[in-house]
Amino acid sequence: MTQAPEVVEKPEGEGPPSWLERVAPRDIDWRSLVIIPSLAVLSALIVGAVFIVFTEGLDAILPAYRALFSGAFLGWSSISETLLVATPLILAGLAVALGFRAGLFNIGAEGQMTVGGLIAVIAGFSFDGLPAIVHIPLALLAGFLGGALWGFIPGLLRAKTGAHEVITTIMLNFIAFRSLDYILKLPGIQAEGRFDPISQPVLPSSRLPRILAWLPIDGAGGLRLHVGFLVALAMAWVVYWLLFKTTWGFEFRAVGANPHAAKYGGMSVTVAIILVMTLSGALAGMAGGNETLGVLGRASPGFTAAIGFDAIALALLGRSHPGGVVLSAVLFGALRAGGRTMQVQSEVGIDLIVIIQALIIVFIAAPELVRAIYRVRGGKETGQLTRGWST
Amino acid sequence: MRLELKNVTKRFPGVVANDSVDLTVNSGEIVGLLGENGAGKTTLMNILYGLYEADEGELLIDGRQVRFAGPGDAIAAGIGMVHQHFMLVPVFDVTENVVLGVEPTRGPLGHIDIDQARDDVREISSKYGLAVDPDAVVEDLPVGVQQRIEIIKVLFREAEIIVFDEPTSVLTPQEVEDFFAIVRGLKEAGKGIIFITHKLGEMLEIADRIAVLRRGKIVGEAEPGSATKENLAEMMVGRPVDLVVDKSPAQPKEVVLSVKNLVVQDERLHNAVNDVSFEVRSGEIVGIAGVQGNGQTELVEAITGLILPLAGSVMIGDQDITLASPRKLHQLDVAHVPEDRQRDGLVLSFDLVENLVLDSYYAKPYSKGIVMDWDEARRHADELIEQYDIRTPSALLTASSLSGGNQQKLIVAREFARDTRLIIASQPTRGIDVGSIEYIHQRIVEERDEGAAVLIVSSELDEVLALADRILVMYRGRIVAEVPGSEATATDLGLFMAGAGV
Repeated sequence: MTQAPEVVEKPEGEGPPSWLERVAPRDIDWRSLVIIPSLAVLSALIVGAVFIVFTEGLDAILPAYRALFSGAFLGWSSISETLLVATPLILAGLAVALGFRAGLFNIGAEGQMTVGGLIAVIAGFSFDGLPAIVHIPLALLAGFLGGALWGFIPGLLRAKTGAHEVITTIMLNFIAFRSLDYILKLPGIQAEGRFDPISQPVLPSSRLPRILAWLPIDGAGGLRLHVGFLVALAMAWVVYWLLFKTTWGFEFRAVGANPHAAKYGGMSVTVAIILVMTLSGALAGMAGGNETLGVLGRASPGFTAAIGFDAIALALLGRSHPGGVVLSAVLFGALRAGGRTMQVQSEVGIDLIVIIQALIIVFIAAPELVRAIYRVRGGKETGQLTRGWST
Repeated sequence: MRLELKNVTKRFPGVVANDSVDLTVNSGEIVGLLGENGAGKTTLMNILYGLYEADEGELLIDGRQVRFAGPGDAIAAGIGMVHQHFMLVPVFDVTENVVLGVEPTRGPLGHIDIDQARDDVREISSKYGLAVDPDAVVEDLPVGVQQRIEIIKVLFREAEIIVFDEPTSVLTPQEVEDFFAIVRGLKEAGKGIIFITHKLGEMLEIADRIAVLRRGKIVGEAEPGSATKENLAEMMVGRPVDLVVDKSPAQPKEVVLSVKNLVVQDERLHNAVNDVSFEVRSGEIVGIAGVQGNGQTELVEAITGLILPLAGSVMIGDQDITLASPRKLHQLDVAHVPEDRQRDGLVLSFDLVENLVLDSYYAKPYSKGIVMDWDEARRHADELIEQYDIRTPSALLTASSLSGGNQQKLIVAREFARDTRLIIASQPTRGIDVGSIEYIHQRIVEERDEGAAVLIVSSELDEVLALADRILVMYRGRIVAEVPGSEATATDLGLFMAGAGV
């Protein structure tokens, strides 16, 4: 027998913090996951076009965007590049998204990538004579552990002393960057015969193998997409499974949504915070290892290239859902890869991509704006005001 | 002034919150609005206050149609609201709080004329017998006085119609009397008053006319002279309600919970609980009465492992649980219905399935290793929803979509559904409807009869009187009286609660 639903009144009291509800919503309806981000991207491209008009003139828009699109999607080479750029973004985006789900704002993905990438490189050039099948997982694991350490520290500080992770992860970023500069000049790490800070190259046995070389096309050997992409997809599935199918994930989400209730339910908020930050750091560390072992082959100052910061943006764009993170990372990858082609084929510089990315985030962060512009119905039209009255 | 709501209908996705509601209030009368939680009272008042717009129907003031785009319009039209939760800035003084947002100014630069405001506040205070010092800092004032500041705020904005939303829930029985005197004074001064409460006795005492709202519709009006608690409750719920808890005399057996010389500090490091000792036996209900804020919250949190006591001991059977975690207590079959259900008892953004395994998810049958068995949890949830009559279209909706009474039933279902040796229930029926109260009280008595030791903490005297076999009164962190349930009277307990026994 079905019961008549009672009248649903506004929820009172302590829900999850409202920023969390926005960045890691529980009910991901198609409107907020697909429509709003799509419209945000569209809006960003339109405003980006205005910038093109001002810098290069009206005629430059079409060729620029055409080049952007073809560089991102047309042909195997473009697709390979798009996914290649997306790979570390997926891993770092998962790191940030995992934190968001537990109510933690991990700004430190960049630093965790740095540490993870460096440790992975050291593992990559240190063990001579190992078969690739052993060496690659070992080097990736080294990156995982390096990032884990760099996430564990702010997790511990937050859980035990209350030091906010936003502050501590930012500080640890700087420590990681400067330590990298220092370590890269240490004997045994620095490449022989070099005087600038740059590491030895990793051994071929630890390089992540390319996965499109088998394609029956010309230049298939030049397609740079490597096995790290598959690892990243696997990790996205693991994070999804962890968050939604395990007791750990249940605890993480409960701690993020309402730490009081989590404590009441017998969960250890302290353990959850430390664990989430450690795992978050580990994912970012894998992103770093993915770059050094897959693309760069060595470590140099600033090798993380702000991927860890882009990760924050794309975790927001993907609503902190592993699937959303993958899609957002591919979008960012497309913008980056297409941007290079745009730079070469048209007058418009790649800096436009940075502007477009920033605009996407602005539109995502202000979904009401997008709703208003495009008159998307739904969302929260009620409850917003009354919440202030009841708490 | 005459305010009329005519034919007001408000729909939310899936529900009709208000269904052609008519309500009229005139100057100089007190209209009681009675209804279960979720009946649509809040929605109706939000429409009246300009927070929501009605889908159909109209608002008339003195016969002229008005339209409120926001609370500002409602205030300008002479409608004032005293909310259940006060909206005061604790570090400001009374005058500053009153004028906040409508500060009187003078001079071309708009200096705040605080002296003028102070005089106004003083005048309003004396005119209505509110006895509030305009210079007192709000955080130093007792709750009853803070409520009077809210009333001054409304009067300062020249309200003619005043809405009180559950105004007595934070007051002691003595304060309620003072408050009623003030409300009657306002009425005599010609104000129209809408009084929202779920307490039937108060409604009969204060209202001139009572309108009963059920599932969004006005189902009846009643005159306090002829109405009784029983027929009001029946109108509200739609079926006869048992207002007296039906229970046989307790048959206490062995001691289950024993608290000895417990001292607990609150956040400000005061001894909120001071040298408290008591026992609860299997098969009895012990009630702790007391005005909110006399250490009950800290006492329960210390027993249930949410905070650590400073000194003393807590035992369950022969096990020392003074420093035990909530998880440990869960394993010892302790059920805990927390005081603040939305803060501690539920994750509002989680669905019912998740909330129903909030404290038992970690073991079989809901998980194996770290892998959750959500199918099993879902089966469990569907079972409990049926068994405990939790009104929801689906177990997969979030807890925030439930009404207060159903949220409470959700917690009670979760806690009572397993083996219970000790039940600790804090404010088990606060702010929920009569039907749910009846149900939860019955379940508590059933648990007692099955051999559980039950500790009830409630600031509602009626509840303690109805349920408890033994009553302890807490005042300023100490137990100041112990009375057998059968001999206790509201008057005596009220005096103890106010510290008369000390």
